[in-house]
Amino acid sequence: MMEALRDLLTDANVRWVLIGTLLLGISSGLLGCFAMLRRRSLMGDVLAHTALPGVAVAFMLTQTKSVLPLLVGAVIAGLVSTACVDVITRYSRIKEDTAQGLVLTVFFGVGVVLLTHVARTGAAGQSGLNRFLFGQAASLIGNDVKVIAVAAVILTVLIVAFFKEFKLLAFDRGFGEGMGINMLALDRLLMLMVVVGVSIGLQAVGVVLMSSLLVTPAAAARYWTDRLEHMLLLAAAFGGVSGIVGTVVSLFGTRLATGPLIVLAATGLFVLSLIFGSRRGLLRKVLHQLRVRDRVARENLLRVLYETYETTGVDRGAEGFARHPVPETVLAVRMGLRPRTLRRVVRIAERFGWLTVQRAAGDPNVGRLIMLTNEGLAEAQQVTRRHRLWEMYLMYEADFAVDHVDRDADDIEHYLPPDVVEELERRLQMEGREPIVPPSVHPL
Amino acid sequence: MSLDKEIAVEVHDLTVAYHRRPVLWGVDFALPAGHLIGLIGPNGAGKSTLLKAILNMVPAASGWVKIYGKPYAQQKRLVGYVPQRESVDWDFPVNVLDVVLMGRYGHLGLLRRPRRADYEFAMACLEQVGMANYARRQISQLSGGQQQRVFLARALAQEALVYFMDEPFAGVDAATERSIIGLLEQLKKDGKTVLVVHHDLQTVQEYFDWVLLLNMRLIAAGPTEVTFTDENLRKTYGGRLTILSQAAHAFSQPADALVGREGREG
Repeated sequence: MMEALRDLLTDANVRWVLIGTLLLGISSGLLGCFAMLRRRSLMGDVLAHTALPGVAVAFMLTQTKSVLPLLVGAVIAGLVSTACVDVITRYSRIKEDTAQGLVLTVFFGVGVVLLTHVARTGAAGQSGLNRFLFGQAASLIGNDVKVIAVAAVILTVLIVAFFKEFKLLAFDRGFGEGMGINMLALDRLLMLMVVVGVSIGLQAVGVVLMSSLLVTPAAAARYWTDRLEHMLLLAAAFGGVSGIVGTVVSLFGTRLATGPLIVLAATGLFVLSLIFGSRRGLLRKVLHQLRVRDRVARENLLRVLYETYETTGVDRGAEGFARHPVPETVLAVRMGLRPRTLRRVVRIAERFGWLTVQRAAGDPNVGRLIMLTNEGLAEAQQVTRRHRLWEMYLMYEADFAVDHVDRDADDIEHYLPPDVVEELERRLQMEGREPIVPPSVHPL
Repeated sequence: MSLDKEIAVEVHDLTVAYHRRPVLWGVDFALPAGHLIGLIGPNGAGKSTLLKAILNMVPAASGWVKIYGKPYAQQKRLVGYVPQRESVDWDFPVNVLDVVLMGRYGHLGLLRRPRRADYEFAMACLEQVGMANYARRQISQLSGGQQQRVFLARALAQEALVYFMDEPFAGVDAATERSIIGLLEQLKKDGKTVLVVHHDLQTVQEYFDWVLLLNMRLIAAGPTEVTFTDENLRKTYGGRLTILSQAAHAFSQPADALVGREGREG
């Protein structure tokens, strides 16, 4: 199998095809970022579908299937369709999305009719225009690849050159206009670039799925970064990889249509990003929630221990309360936790060095005994103080009813940043209210 | 000639229509330089539209705008703009410094990258609005007041003489409002002219030394103490102008609707 793959890759024509789909993926990924951020994702779909009649007409006029005239046909059809969407939204009450749907289906319908006509009138067998529906990268020859490569390189250079302007266009067009930058011209340029970018992909990916190669890599890249520069690089990489993977699978014996394979590869990358994305991925979110939950449980454990000392322990004034062991079963009841959950929390707190666990000597019914360490007591003091500050704030300043206070305090106090705690302290002191927990943590 | 006498912005017979429906009718005014000017009027009075028409962001049906005596098109670099906060997607993948740097684009021109001096200037602007510590923060993490400060810093980065601000106080907390007004006072002291769309009638006299009262047409313009009168406010917010808006509405309807109504009445 590896040998077959090597044979495939040394084939000159195959290498051409791979270069073509690689460049195609890269330029689509880059353009897709701006199309998506400019909220023009759907326009890629419109452009791809409306290119079909353009391709068919170009073939009927020239009777060749060399890529350049067909590309010109696709670009012209794309421009006509964007003009149609513009005119419809400007001069009628139809909104943009409806206009896009209208133009897409009408043009695509006309394209299919023309394609059928071409097939009936003979030259059909050789025309191979059907590949424009779902794409067949294997049909690319050296000349096609050269055209695609030149166009893809020009698109990439333009994106790098106008990066600053396109960023402004996508983020805040009005502000750019206010500065006197010709945003309309930039918008048109970007649109033209998307038209070209979609058109060069038609032969390899097909009209039905081309917009997916535009949008999917960009959408996937967004999960990994909050910086536009990095998003562009990632989208280009995702697009390029999808192009290569789809093409190799297609060429490697299967002879399946390339378009769906490339799109499946891109979708695979998207799903991976959705789950593992370092910025917005689901896994990150879940881990974050788990961490918060652990922290809340840990802090609640410390507070319950502290409050137990307060009620049953010996007050030693400035030195705080005397520490004594508390049975785990008592804690479980007071915290409303199942024993197993409590054990997990205790284990974590133990790892922090906040408490020690002892077996009750002799009496197996008592179970494990928990005692705070000195550090644990200091930490517990802070946690308890923060909780009471927040409770008092809710009661006296935010006028919550007393029986509403505890629940709200439990939820939010764990998120309070230190400067907010200080502000709370200052305010409550001004009012002459202070929680009864010692204000500062001191070594015991 | 003193700075006071100089005219920073002159607007003549400005009329704007959306889909044939007029929203501003023949607005005329001249703003003296070095003032902090409130643009006051009810909802739908065309305040934002007036700003956008001055900045050529919406096409005017008639009229012209001059900035320091020359057509706006030649004076774009003298003008700074703070759009409404909701006008952009705050989830956009840029950080605070990126946004402020956009204020430099007008000076940079096409194809040129921001240089070290631009970065330093942008940081200084962030410092001025008290947001220097947030330079690398992703903009989606900002609160409403912080977003507004970032927009102000971006406007400062434009180094303009005349500023147009669309509701910079909308949805910000009291502390931010105070610091924004402090910043505007500073701009005025530096001889800049600042036109601010403002909603809260309570604070007009405190904040602005000049006002424009607008309701589809200009009601009054002048120093606050002589212009911000009960009489003028009644004209701005009162019912008399509803005729104008009804006429505009009727005008924007399809022709057969008008015919139909005439037929019924006749």
